[in-house]
Amino acid sequence: MALTGLEIYKSLPKTNCKQCGLPTCLAFAMKVAAGQAGLDQCPPLDPKARAALEEASAPPQQLVKIGAGERAIELGQETSLYRHEGKFQHPTAIAICVNDSLASTAIEERGRQIASLKFERLGATLKVDMAAVFNVSGQPRGFVEAARAASRASRKALALVSANVESLRAAGEALREERPLLWLMDAAAAGAKAFDMAKELGLPICLQAPGFDALVASSEAARAAGLKEFMLAPGPMKAKAALEFLSQSRRAAIVKKFRPMGYPIAMLATGGDSAQTLVEACWYVLKYAALVVVDTTRPEEILGILTSRQDIYTDPQKPALVDSTLHTVGNPGTDAPVLVTTNFALSYYSVESEVEASRVPSFILPVDTEGQSVLTAWAADKFNGKIIAKALKESGVESRVGHRKVVIPGYVAVISASLNEESGWEVLVGPKEASGLVPYLKSQWKP
Amino acid sequence: MHTQDTAQTWASAVNTVTIGATAAQGGTRGRTVAIGGAKCIPWLAYEGEVGHAPAIAIEIWDAGAEEWPAELTRHYEGVLNDPGAWAKRAAEFGTDLICLRLMGTHPDMANRGADDAVAAVKAVLRAVDLPLVVMGCGVDEKDNVVLPRCCQAAAGENCLFGNVRDKNYRTLVAACLADGHKLIAESPLDVNIAKQVNILAHDVGYPLENIVIYPTTGALGYGLEYAYSIMERGRLAGLGGDALLRQPVMADIGIEAWRAKEAYAPEETLPGLGPAERRGPLWETLTATNHLPAGAELLVLRHPQAVANVRRAIEELAGASSEQ
Ligand code: SF4
Repeated sequence: MALTGLEIYKSLPKTNCKQCGLPTCLAFAMKVAAGQAGLDQCPPLDPKARAALEEASAPPQQLVKIGAGERAIELGQETSLYRHEGKFQHPTAIAICVNDSLASTAIEERGRQIASLKFERLGATLKVDMAAVFNVSGQPRGFVEAARAASRASRKALALVSANVESLRAAGEALREERPLLWLMDAAAAGAKAFDMAKELGLPICLQAPGFDALVASSEAARAAGLKEFMLAPGPMKAKAALEFLSQSRRAAIVKKFRPMGYPIAMLATGGDSAQTLVEACWYVLKYAALVVVDTTRPEEILGILTSRQDIYTDPQKPALVDSTLHTVGNPGTDAPVLVTTNFALSYYSVESEVEASRVPSFILPVDTEGQSVLTAWAADKFNGKIIAKALKESGVESRVGHRKVVIPGYVAVISASLNEESGWEVLVGPKEASGLVPYLKSQWKP
Repeated sequence: MHTQDTAQTWASAVNTVTIGATAAQGGTRGRTVAIGGAKCIPWLAYEGEVGHAPAIAIEIWDAGAEEWPAELTRHYEGVLNDPGAWAKRAAEFGTDLICLRLMGTHPDMANRGADDAVAAVKAVLRAVDLPLVVMGCGVDEKDNVVLPRCCQAAAGENCLFGNVRDKNYRTLVAACLADGHKLIAESPLDVNIAKQVNILAHDVGYPLENIVIYPTTGALGYGLEYAYSIMERGRLAGLGGDALLRQPVMADIGIEAWRAKEAYAPEETLPGLGPAERRGPLWETLTATNHLPAGAELLVLRHPQAVANVRRAIEELAGASSEQ
């Protein structure tokens, strides 16, 4: 947990020497507590006191950085058990596995498929984060080549997964600049050798051991060896045991402040039955996994996982809003339809995507309802004739179209008369659901 | 540190609600279905009893289902206007309960009357011996005319009737009390309103132990997280001892999931998102299974493949079927 300024102050030299750029040690302590300065800015601080302070002020879960440049991702540093208690911080990384024993053409093909999995939803681009190269061959040589090919074709950050420390060292060295995650499948067997390798290469490592107790032992050994940036993986598990493990490790880290479990968790969802494995991958995303490896490139399955992640990592304190200015789809002319909805992102994007599907160039005006959906806003009197009339006027749409016809959502047909009265526009009642917009725009709409 | 050190202890458990009545219990059902009973955060068996396995109800309509997406209707060809035959088909797909939604009574749809609705309820009860959920069309004035008649027609069968809301509860609560049915209490993603509806029903004499709450459901990608968090909050409070949030939870999955274009749209309109016959059922499956870790106990589903997938997922968690 974060320390207070006074707690930090107690361990400072208290000489007010100003080398930190601040007038007093107390002022410096306050800055550190606020996260605006680091302890390294106080040169006279005793290294031992500094280490103790850093340990005490560390967040309950370690931050792990994987990948470089545009492929970089950050995992961990989560602070809550439930979204309503605090936003989940770093969206679960989704990795697709690549088998290093395949022919290089097959590896490249897999990499290209991984790169192609990209979806637009609610104004965001959803994509896979990583390629996880598995050292199925057991040999360092094929592993290095496969990792290179997977990186080239997928353009993703890499997880290099092997039980063989030599394989990990070889691939880690070859791709060091890309900052791959070294995933050690048998952490207990590899022991200190693996920790030395991770430290030498300066790369993050994922320690796999079977279950909670074995992971605590591995984590304690890694911490004793001075390793900082690592993750923990329980290995293959049945779904129910996996969900229990995920809750246990999260609670140990965040509620119990148990340092050895204060690391992001990596999960495998690579079983055979495709629907059930997909269900499990989503459960792990919802329940605390920082990284999930899957073995599918089917777009509908990856879309399901990425959408689950988008849902659960939404900030619960902030309603998702869109700009309440006039939006256009296609190149609407003066006879294009004008549709109104609310500025709640889900409402707006449901309408926008259907209008796009209809291929009828249109104007969409998301009225400012403070992020409430159509029915909720209507019930709260934030989506009434007066407010919509005002929004129409202020949007400037009057100068963009020749007609005066506005389409409202079918659920609020009751506001037709008042909107007509307030705005002078003819009010057309559109379909209730966004799904009805394609037939409506194609066959019913007339300027 | 042992894993057990991370377990929470709870003052209370989720209520168990049993739906259906066998001949011995004064009904005609072949079996009953119980939901609820958990004494832990969903699926953390190391913390306490997980309770009954979640139950699946396949949703059928009395009329008007022709408008459902083609990927759904192709599995119910020939039975869409025959609730009895549709219920039989649903039973073949392996459901625990039938959920009859009386959309045919909706004034904007077929606007059928109470007699027709009663006939549909009776047809389902005759056709299958599964416990029954009956939902109105959602228009208060209509539901208040139709549902009491249906309650009466199914007296003794211990059905689950819904939905009551804070603005409309008296009529259906009274009918369920008179004819011995369980009740669905709906609230719009709001824990306080969920409690309020329970209080209202309780104040006119309805036992809190017979209520299933419906805190509203969100489709994957369309507000699922709102429902998820409301359910988590409600469950934490219920386990913590709040008698007004101790009720098992229904998730109305099919109707929400199939509103999503990712579920219903054919491949031509969503290129690159996979074949519709896989994508639709998967969207419904994940909408359902993503509600399980938040505490959903009764899942209303539509597509047979989603039913099979969700059944498999429940078995993975609970290890057994929900039959008594
Ligand atoms: S550098 Fe350190 S010792 Fe000097 S004033 Fe700043 S905090 Fe105090």
